[in-house]
Amino acid sequence: MQDWEVVIGLEIHAQLTTQTKIFSGSSIAYGAEPNTQANLLDLGMPGQLPVLNKAVIPKAIRFGLAIGANIGRRSVFDRKNYFYPDLPKGYQTSQFSYPIVEDGGSLEIEVEGETRRIGITRAHLEEDAGKSIHDAFPGMTGVDLNRAGTPLLEIVSEPDMRSAQEAVAYARKMHELVQFLDICDGNMQEGSFRVDSNVSIHKPGTPFGTRAELKNINSFRFIEQAIEFEVARQIEILESGGEVVQETRLYDPERNETRSMREKEEANDYRYFPCPDLLPVVIEQADIEREAEAMPELPDAKRARYQQNWGLSEDDAQVLTASRAMSDYFETLVDLTGEAKKAANWLMGDLSKALNQAGLRIDQSPVTAKMLAGLMARVDDGTISGKMAKQVFSAMWDGEGHADEVIEAKGLKQITDEGAITEMVDQVLADHPDQVAAYQGGQEKMLGFFVGQVMKASKGQANPAQVNAVLKARLAQS
Amino acid sequence: MHNLSLKTLSERLQRRELTSVELTQHFLDRIARFDGELNSYVTVTPELALDMAKEADERLDRGEGHRLTGIPVAHKDIFCTRDVKTSCGSKMLDQFLSPYDATVVEKLNALGMPILGKTNMDEFAMGSSTESSYYGQTLNPWDKKAVPGGSSGGSAAAVAAGLAPVATGSDTGGSIRQPAAFCGISGIKPTYGAVSRYGMIAYASSFDQGGPMTRSAEDAAWMLEAMAGLDERDSTSVSLARTDYARDLAQPVKELKIGVPEEYFSEGLDNEVAETVQAAIQVLADQGAEVVPVHLPNKDLAVSSYYVLAPAEASSNLSRFDGVRYGHRCEAPKDLNDLYTRSRSEGFGEEVKRRIMVGTYVLSEGYYDAYYRKAQKLRRLVRDDFVKAFEQCDLIVGPVAPSVAFDIGEKTDDPVSMYLADLYTIPVNLAGLPAMSVPAGFAQGRPVGLHIIGPYFEEHKILQLAHQYQQVTDWHHSVATDYR
Repeated sequence: MQDWEVVIGLEIHAQLTTQTKIFSGSSIAYGAEPNTQANLLDLGMPGQLPVLNKAVIPKAIRFGLAIGANIGRRSVFDRKNYFYPDLPKGYQTSQFSYPIVEDGGSLEIEVEGETRRIGITRAHLEEDAGKSIHDAFPGMTGVDLNRAGTPLLEIVSEPDMRSAQEAVAYARKMHELVQFLDICDGNMQEGSFRVDSNVSIHKPGTPFGTRAELKNINSFRFIEQAIEFEVARQIEILESGGEVVQETRLYDPERNETRSMREKEEANDYRYFPCPDLLPVVIEQADIEREAEAMPELPDAKRARYQQNWGLSEDDAQVLTASRAMSDYFETLVDLTGEAKKAANWLMGDLSKALNQAGLRIDQSPVTAKMLAGLMARVDDGTISGKMAKQVFSAMWDGEGHADEVIEAKGLKQITDEGAITEMVDQVLADHPDQVAAYQGGQEKMLGFFVGQVMKASKGQANPAQVNAVLKARLAQS
Repeated sequence: MHNLSLKTLSERLQRRELTSVELTQHFLDRIARFDGELNSYVTVTPELALDMAKEADERLDRGEGHRLTGIPVAHKDIFCTRDVKTSCGSKMLDQFLSPYDATVVEKLNALGMPILGKTNMDEFAMGSSTESSYYGQTLNPWDKKAVPGGSSGGSAAAVAAGLAPVATGSDTGGSIRQPAAFCGISGIKPTYGAVSRYGMIAYASSFDQGGPMTRSAEDAAWMLEAMAGLDERDSTSVSLARTDYARDLAQPVKELKIGVPEEYFSEGLDNEVAETVQAAIQVLADQGAEVVPVHLPNKDLAVSSYYVLAPAEASSNLSRFDGVRYGHRCEAPKDLNDLYTRSRSEGFGEEVKRRIMVGTYVLSEGYYDAYYRKAQKLRRLVRDDFVKAFEQCDLIVGPVAPSVAFDIGEKTDDPVSMYLADLYTIPVNLAGLPAMSVPAGFAQGRPVGLHIIGPYFEEHKILQLAHQYQQVTDWHHSVATDYR
């Protein structure tokens, strides 16, 4: 018997990084008290009119260009009509017939060494709904309209993915892309990047099967688990002679299963029509060119450059482009120091460790790229040793100032004066005649003992390489 | 005093021969005396009016007034007015105090025009007779058996009866011009986009346009200048090169070419109304205007197109009235669907429900192409007719309505006959053009309006023709016996 083929398409809602809502002046900052970021328009008051927040347009264009799609030169906002308490106007303003990002786009993914190109059908601008809160008031539902009107870019893929792994690879790639484009902060916990999966199965060569939509899954791991569960469920249904129902299903990570939310057959006829309160969005060639010129370097190109120009490994390049903030930090550090490999080591070593321990993102690091460059310069010019540098880094992390300030305050300056080191070496040799005799008698490992004594005498500040060299020279002479 | 022009009132106020408080009190007194019967106001706001009048007087005393400062105004109850009930003629908003001012209200407030109150209207501006108001029928001051027209029937009746010197109105399919014609006053619907819709409760957004309802063309020019202009809060609002609409009032009409569309004088038009309008056109010809025939071949498509598109937009615009956040909410809803169904069933009247049903139907899957899309095509044909006609003339004139004001109750059982009462005004809204009604005489003892339609943003030319007509006629000075 022929195997089932899995068919997956994703709809991703990326919240655009604007200051205010897509049609009103309310803030979209996360976590405010309910309904404190909802003005008269967001409340759907009579007579209120939407005014497009123009900041969303260049972001959508940038996205379209990055995936190689055609840009809708005249996109139109439509009304999607349905009743729900968290939808204050009774319709959601979205783009239906004429989206701002048209066809032609795609994204390349890699799964187990194999690359595949996933088509992107379209992407359109729309407003988010508010939130219904079912557990705050006994027997009642609360409505929070802070989120209502938040700008979203809905990115619709072709049904091109054939496994849960491919779906996750695509979602991750998209997650990385929108952050590098600086159009979405990618915060999945706060709902800034939401993934809905359309999953069906069929036998190759036959038409696609009926799909189920898996909604509101807020981590990549859960996307994979949810799809895998759903595929198994559908196979079981079909192989026992049943039929898959077109419906929306919710994934429950605690039980690792999907559950029916509502059947789409009962869903609304949305009665889309062009919103008469908003003008079509007209995009000129110049608008497109402006975004093309301002297009940041994308992750794939960065990784290639890190490897070719700076000789980093593929793995290191991957880590250093894990987020836009990471690569920005890294590139700033390289710019300031000219030392790609050393910069990479700092980032992936002490800095990452400290960030992980503190639970901070790199753009929240108390040690900025400029500060770290200052520290690297002091190692480079021999002012301090690599070991001291770790100590200085900790102090900088704790807010004790820049590298030079910390070095000064702690008196960490490395002793590099040849005369001073020779003086200390001679003193140590004079104090330990027996050990000198042993060394000269062939016990060369005694050298370590002398180095330790000299470093101790210098309170750790003598340059170890110089101490080594002077010791060897003196021991050979005496 | 209640029948004086804005110019005269303004001069007396500026010279301090008259105070705004005296003037405002005069209108409040008349409202108290007459409106119990006439029912042109939903809400009268005496305290607010007198407070504003006092402030206006202080400004005038300091010599800081605008020419409209101190002249009271009545607002159609479709305009949101802060802390004042804004009902839109509906039970749905019977308890609704608006938390903000519409742009039009804000602008007139800023000039110091005291608000006398909010005028009656067809529910959500859906109607041509003011009979669909939750607040009862407004009577026609000329004949109390007759409707005042609609939907701005309250504003028209109030101005005609001297219960307000001027009023605001809104026109989606004729709602300024038809009641102006029925009540014998002047009313202009500006080009779509000239007056901000912000705060004007939406019926059919791509048609709705606010405008003034006044005693004369000159008054209308003054008011329109105060109301029009770009508003960043309304995306469909337009930046206007000039808003000095009175600039050409004094220019003679002899340079103007007046187009008369044959289709506006065809079957269905009352003979006496036709004769009255023809007589008005003859007056214009006598004044030297060149009268030419023009054609609007798709006129008959307009009503059908409008009654698909306007309900479609309305069905969506009125979805926000769901009983959740404000407005009427039913008692003890069982569940969410019950809350929606009963709040809306109880809160909306028959005509509103009818249009929501029609609008929902024409937008439904499978019907969209047959109705909505086709109606949009007709809309373009109707607009193209006007564009072509204006290649041959400066302005188009004709009747406003096929008859004079009909009797109360005459058309309430036959919605289609009510819809056809707007067959001359609706094409103008489909095209988004400016147009005006000015009093042109009487038929069957009830007023007749002359319809003047202009090219986009040429309100000043419409007002010029209307004003010149009013220089040689005095229909606009006629006042019904009871209200002199």
